[in-house]
Amino acid sequence: MTTHDRLQRNKSGPTFRLSDYLHLDLPLLWAMLLLLLLGLFILYSAGNQNLVLIEKQLMHILLAAGLLFLVAQVPPVTWQRWAPWIYGFSLFFLVAVLLIGHIGKGAQRWLSISGFRFQPAEFMKFAIPLLLAWYYNKVHLPLSFKTLLVSALIIFIPVLLTAKQPDLGTAILLLATGASVLFFAGLSLRFIFSLSLLLLTGLPLLWYFMHEYQRQRVLTFLNPERDPLGAGYHIIQSKIAIGSGGFFGKGWLTGTQSHLHFLPEHTTDFIFAVCSEEFGFTGNVILILLYMFIVMRGLYIASNAQDTFTRLLGGSITITFFLSFFINMGMVTGILPVVGLPLPLVSYGGSSLVTAMVSLGMLMSIKTHRKLITT
Amino acid sequence: MQKSRIPFKNISHEVQLTTRRSWLALLIMLILALLLVGRLAYLQLYKNLLYTTMSTHNAMDLVPLEPTRGLIYDRNGVLLADNIPVFSLDLIPDKAHNLAKMLPEVGKLVHLSELDLTLFQKQLKQHRRFEEIPLKLRLTEVEVSRFAENQHRFPGFLIKGRLIRHYPLGNSFSHVLGYLGQINSDEFSKIDPANYSASHAIGKLGIEKYYEEDLHGKAGYQEVETDANGEAIRVLKQTKPTPGKNLYLSIDSNLQLQAEKAMTGHRGALVAIEPATGQILALVSMPSYDANLFVLGITSADFKQLQQMPDHPLYNRAVRGLYPLASTIKPYLALEAIDNELIAPEDTIFDPGWFMLNNSEHVFRDMHAHGTVNLSRAITTSCDVYFYELATRLGIRRIDDVLHRFGFGEVSGVELEEEVPGVVSSPEWKRRFKKTPWYEGDTIISAIGQGNMQATPMQLAAAVATLANRGKRMVPTLVYKQQEPEKPIEYQTPILLDTLSLHDEENWDLIIQAMQKVVDSPEGTAHRFGPHPSYTIAAKTGTAQVHAKRQDEDGVENQKKLPEQFRDHGLFIAFAPVDQPKIALAIIIENDRLAAVPIVKELLDYYLTGIGTGT
Repeated sequence: MTTHDRLQRNKSGPTFRLSDYLHLDLPLLWAMLLLLLLGLFILYSAGNQNLVLIEKQLMHILLAAGLLFLVAQVPPVTWQRWAPWIYGFSLFFLVAVLLIGHIGKGAQRWLSISGFRFQPAEFMKFAIPLLLAWYYNKVHLPLSFKTLLVSALIIFIPVLLTAKQPDLGTAILLLATGASVLFFAGLSLRFIFSLSLLLLTGLPLLWYFMHEYQRQRVLTFLNPERDPLGAGYHIIQSKIAIGSGGFFGKGWLTGTQSHLHFLPEHTTDFIFAVCSEEFGFTGNVILILLYMFIVMRGLYIASNAQDTFTRLLGGSITITFFLSFFINMGMVTGILPVVGLPLPLVSYGGSSLVTAMVSLGMLMSIKTHRKLITT
Repeated sequence: MQKSRIPFKNISHEVQLTTRRSWLALLIMLILALLLVGRLAYLQLYKNLLYTTMSTHNAMDLVPLEPTRGLIYDRNGVLLADNIPVFSLDLIPDKAHNLAKMLPEVGKLVHLSELDLTLFQKQLKQHRRFEEIPLKLRLTEVEVSRFAENQHRFPGFLIKGRLIRHYPLGNSFSHVLGYLGQINSDEFSKIDPANYSASHAIGKLGIEKYYEEDLHGKAGYQEVETDANGEAIRVLKQTKPTPGKNLYLSIDSNLQLQAEKAMTGHRGALVAIEPATGQILALVSMPSYDANLFVLGITSADFKQLQQMPDHPLYNRAVRGLYPLASTIKPYLALEAIDNELIAPEDTIFDPGWFMLNNSEHVFRDMHAHGTVNLSRAITTSCDVYFYELATRLGIRRIDDVLHRFGFGEVSGVELEEEVPGVVSSPEWKRRFKKTPWYEGDTIISAIGQGNMQATPMQLAAAVATLANRGKRMVPTLVYKQQEPEKPIEYQTPILLDTLSLHDEENWDLIIQAMQKVVDSPEGTAHRFGPHPSYTIAAKTGTAQVHAKRQDEDGVENQKKLPEQFRDHGLFIAFAPVDQPKIALAIIIENDRLAAVPIVKELLDYYLTGIGTGT
């Protein structure tokens, strides 16, 4: 909203808009709905026209939409007040999952409470930026060395716990989420560069801490042909699916790669390959444009937010959203190692849907709860 | 922190800072997104030709292979559940053209019932388009040859040899084994789709359901080379499926069949347990049904008919039937009373044929006046008044407590998911479910197992087995060993659930001696059992009222005048031999108070002495 608009509005008195009243942001909402719809079409094809899968995904969407709506109703001030508690609870659950969690797909990521299964690491995607933004709202920017140390603690405890589950993809995403808050809070660029350099030199050390299957993934990433029938198979098949899609794609429901058994996890992590094969380069560009629209809208909301807390929170949420689809597409197209992250709003599964849509709900909350006095 | 002295400026500085960073972030993200688009352009536009060729020559497909389901035997190796080969007509949806037109054409060669078509439509929804779906599970020889001749007209259709479940003994084990049926969408969401991609059936009930994971086995895969249409040319590599485990039930099928024969014409249930191990020797619920009906899919009309039959053959009375404990409750209460010294075994009570509470007008009747009775005679003759008096001394808490310790009010833990827990009524229970307060009269009738006390035959049998064991409470089990093909046999170790201890362990035998007199004493309620020279037996009868007795009614004679469904149920619990029990059992016969005892006599004679073998 420009200053001019605001003045105009003040003159004519407040106009009633249903979306404001419901604390929804229409541009975000439309882009999200389009992505969800596209996602269902892709999923129908990827799941080999299994309607049961679609029915279930619709249930996930309904649940996530309900949560989005609820989250949008809560003013950011409340999130701010509850930030330390939310972080504390998430940390508690994260520890609990290590102790009593379900073993799912070889990793203890799930916690089941009265039949409802969830991944506590997903909570951390909000808990970390909430607590950091809360913290930076209290201290003065730019960051002092002491603040930086505390921040590192806030970020690394959950990141290490998640990596231990072992869920490398989510751990990396959590690390990036935390880092994004630091970035918005004005961490000096020189510091960022020197840290990245340090990390790069420290990579061999990381190798030492990796699980065997994670090492395999890195090796395969570096050279997929190394193991064409085993671990490299996924990436090769995924590249064939994408590459054979061409400019316009093979058409909906006709992708041969996806429908034979070639593609692994084609309804979850590798669903982007199905989209690429059937809708081609055109479809991919449309998909990326939709995602980027959400990202730009998010940044717009963040930079127009009224206080430091919401600006940091909004910015960080947006970056995390960007990274989650970027990393997924990067891994499916073979420019990033396979880390096992779903494509937000499109992949089958409740957890990632809820996370993505709650993120959008928070952005909407930031957009629509405006205090009269700017602090 | 020099900036904290000028907070006003600090804020505008923060706004500036975050805004600058937002622009920077946008720039980086745009670059990364462009990088992604560039990568896609490289793969999809520049390298398109290469990958298109690779895709058309992508010459491998994975074909899932169905594992052979484990067989089920009785304890002596008699086959109870088998897999028999049949020819079925399958369809791969992806390869068939114009299904709507094709199906009626196929129907001219092979009889397709409405059921076949509805089941097929359901499976069509669940399976992937390239997986084989059975259209008709069992073809006749004529149909096989007729279709084979016309095969070329129907691409995507194929005749396939497959194994289906078969229960050789038909009705006799349906309530134990359950049956196999088509996977429904609820079950579909609980299984691992990869492991079931070649399977079309799943255990629906009974042992088949409880041991689904063990019985099913693990699917295998075949890597096949395919042509551009996806047709298999040759097999490259094969991972064999792992067959399911074979299960051996503890049931003795001879005893089971004998019991079933003896109970023919009655509605009721029987459970027999080996006390020392908890192994179930027989589990009968009458009438029964043929589980084979369900394997090929049952029409909803047939199913409805089975469901609506007046005798309810689908209803597993042994683990789901709820009956009043009636007088079979008495040994447990007597044990609790003497062990807590609320009454001495030799103390007598005078039974005039009725009982009244001090503060109430209500008359609780006995079958007839028993005169002077002590503990032993109270059990032997099933004297109600003695137990009315005991109820006032025990109180409902103690009564409930001892019932819980013998396993009433909770599932026994046998491997049948359909088992129900029954009811041990208490003031809390009554307030919650009947919305009425507890009266002392409720306690009185609880002592003769009436009122709201409800138990399954399984619980009755497990409790009398615990009594036979002198307090060692074993979990009743159906499977006693299992074997993975080419692996050693795994035995199910008996599970000791609890050891009930008494203040005076001799009280067990006091009660058991009284239960012996139920059969042996001329005035015992089961004296009709008759002579049993080669083994000793302890038992207790029970009569559960179905129809509220009128005040002037005089038991036996009037029963015959009542319509059948209002007549009393007959219960009988027993174990033998008394010193080293080999078998403990509970039987209930609906609407016939006298049939139970002779049936048990026949079975025990058979099981313990071998009389009646081969008939």
